[in-house]
Amino acid sequence: MLETENYWKNKINQLTKIKEENSKSNENITRWESKVLDPWNKKNANNNDDFSTTSEIDVKTSYSPSDLQGNQDYSMPGEFPYTRGPYPNMYRGKKWTMRMFSGFGTPEDTNNRLKYLIKNGQTGLSIAFDMPTLYGYDADNDRSKGEVGKCGCNISSLEDMEVLFKEIPLNKVSTSMTINAPASILTAMYASVALKNNISLNELRGTVQTDILKEYIAQKEWAYPPKDHMRIVRDMMEYCTKEMPKWNYVSISGYHIREAGSNAAQELAFTLANGFTYLELGQKAGLKVEEFAPRLSFFFNCTMNFFEEIAKFRAARRIWATVLKEKYGVEKGSSLALRFHTQTSGASLTWQQPMNNIVRTAIEALAGVLGGTQSLHTNSYDEAWALPTEQAVKVALRTQQIIAEETGVTQSVDPLGGSYYLEHLTNELEEKAYRYFEKIDELGGVISAIEKGYLQKEIAETSYRSQLDIEKEKEVIVGVNKYAEIEEDKIEILKVDDEAQKIQINRLSDLKRKRDSEKVNEALENLRKTYENNDKNCMYDTIKAVQAYATLQEIVDVGRQVFGEWKEPQIF
Amino acid sequence: MAQKIRILVAKPGLDAHDRGVLVLCRAFRDAGMEVIYSGLLPTPEQVASIAIDEDVDVIALSLHNGAHLTAFPEVKKYLENKGVNDIAIIGGGIIPEEDKEELEKNGITGNFGPGTSMDTIINHIKKVTKKF
Repeated sequence: MLETENYWKNKINQLTKIKEENSKSNENITRWESKVLDPWNKKNANNNDDFSTTSEIDVKTSYSPSDLQGNQDYSMPGEFPYTRGPYPNMYRGKKWTMRMFSGFGTPEDTNNRLKYLIKNGQTGLSIAFDMPTLYGYDADNDRSKGEVGKCGCNISSLEDMEVLFKEIPLNKVSTSMTINAPASILTAMYASVALKNNISLNELRGTVQTDILKEYIAQKEWAYPPKDHMRIVRDMMEYCTKEMPKWNYVSISGYHIREAGSNAAQELAFTLANGFTYLELGQKAGLKVEEFAPRLSFFFNCTMNFFEEIAKFRAARRIWATVLKEKYGVEKGSSLALRFHTQTSGASLTWQQPMNNIVRTAIEALAGVLGGTQSLHTNSYDEAWALPTEQAVKVALRTQQIIAEETGVTQSVDPLGGSYYLEHLTNELEEKAYRYFEKIDELGGVISAIEKGYLQKEIAETSYRSQLDIEKEKEVIVGVNKYAEIEEDKIEILKVDDEAQKIQINRLSDLKRKRDSEKVNEALENLRKTYENNDKNCMYDTIKAVQAYATLQEIVDVGRQVFGEWKEPQIF
Repeated sequence: MAQKIRILVAKPGLDAHDRGVLVLCRAFRDAGMEVIYSGLLPTPEQVASIAIDEDVDVIALSLHNGAHLTAFPEVKKYLENKGVNDIAIIGGGIIPEEDKEELEKNGITGNFGPGTSMDTIINHIKKVTKKF
């Protein structure tokens, strides 16, 4: 292992030195600026005096080889540091997985939507859960009132999960579940559905998000304090490495960090910092990095600042591979290559003139593809209004299919690699990320930075500044602060009524009547003891509790009693 | 000098989409209001009791999770049960057009959607607090 004490500082010094050297040797660009550009600008003023990216990287009029001297990345796709892609032939071999996030109402409703998407050519399932499920409350709890099935599918017990995946062969699909605080429980349910259908666990492919760190930073759907949640993540890492080798048990997510208002550099840096934290968690549990690193996948946002987004994906791959190799001593190539899912930005969608969102999504999706994503969700144009209708989802899926099959952008790998501008942005984002890593380490690591509210404050600050820019029309949103119309176009939207809540409550009360309550209590009691013993892996008892038809909330409540609840630091 | 407007900002339910409310808290404070933020995950009942304890002029409620028709009127109901009628309630979030009428009927005004400027919301608050 390399000297890790001052790793970030050394990295930053190395990158700044290259830049300094560069500025000394750019005669050609200085000549062009003084002889061509400046005289031109005197006669033809620029229409703006501030050209910069979301991460406040200054953008020059044009870029040249001198911007990259000493820091030109000559690597090819599929080789270290994987800047250009994790695989040598990328989309020439396998297109990205078109994975549309869906879920609403009852498990029956979502089961029907999943089958509809499979029929229309979708290649991977992705389930959204409602708020009660995400927080670990059952449909019949008072806190769930009005929320059952509204933002996603409701799951209160294994019985619901059996309905959700009815007639879907779990050994043939790959399933992504966006669930974090109760991820261990939902994984236990998924495994139990498979076992019930005689599918063995080592055949299961898919991803559970499980990224609890970004919950405290951005999405804020937690149940327990950070350290206790991290213990459960550790248990999942151990369990899945052994029993579910094709299951990606953590999807390290920048998506929500970005949606919460951060810029590209913050999304990149905070996400990777979380990634290093999970890596250390696995190491501490005694797992070999080579064994579990390939199971860590990433999930990024893709929003409107086209080139900066593409650069972000390239920088992410380069940093991950470099740091794993140099700081953590990882050797094996497949453990170094960062793979990621992309979702276009929900926050970029406007309620006003919703059809414009089709265009936004297409541009964002194209950036995701040019950035080399392994799977992609495209948002539907009506999502600033409600959950999407089938029609709107179809347009979003077709957007991906058009990019994949009509544009030709998939033919050559990393087609923008070598662009002076893009390579420069990649380098700049890389440097900004290293500066954040250094800062986070100074604060005592990610968990400590969360407890101090540092990461949350950084995001809130960027988000507020960006809103002020929108109000001042420095940042333009077409149809909102420019080209606005008084009368809005009406569109058809999906309504989820309270019927789902009734159905779910009834199903739960039937279940509670017919299950063996002694078995439930015993399973919950065993789980309590395991939760109390930090050295014991809790996955086995979680599976037993699920299979005894203990409800989601009954299981989470045991955790709440043992671990306590989390109150976030006041950041306002 | 006129007295400062005291405002409680809250998301009454299982909804963590707090980007909007955090921005609004800052904007309200910069506009000279005294801002109390409830933190995440209060129940409607808790929101009502914070509002009473803090003696606010107005409650700004936000939900992005589709539960506004249930949760917003509940806050109102808890206030009324305690005999409090002098706290204005305004709403915002992802609220379909037809739900706005329903909320207005319950005395919850504004009901601003995405893309609304901070000035529009601040002006509305000034208007509804004048009544009291």
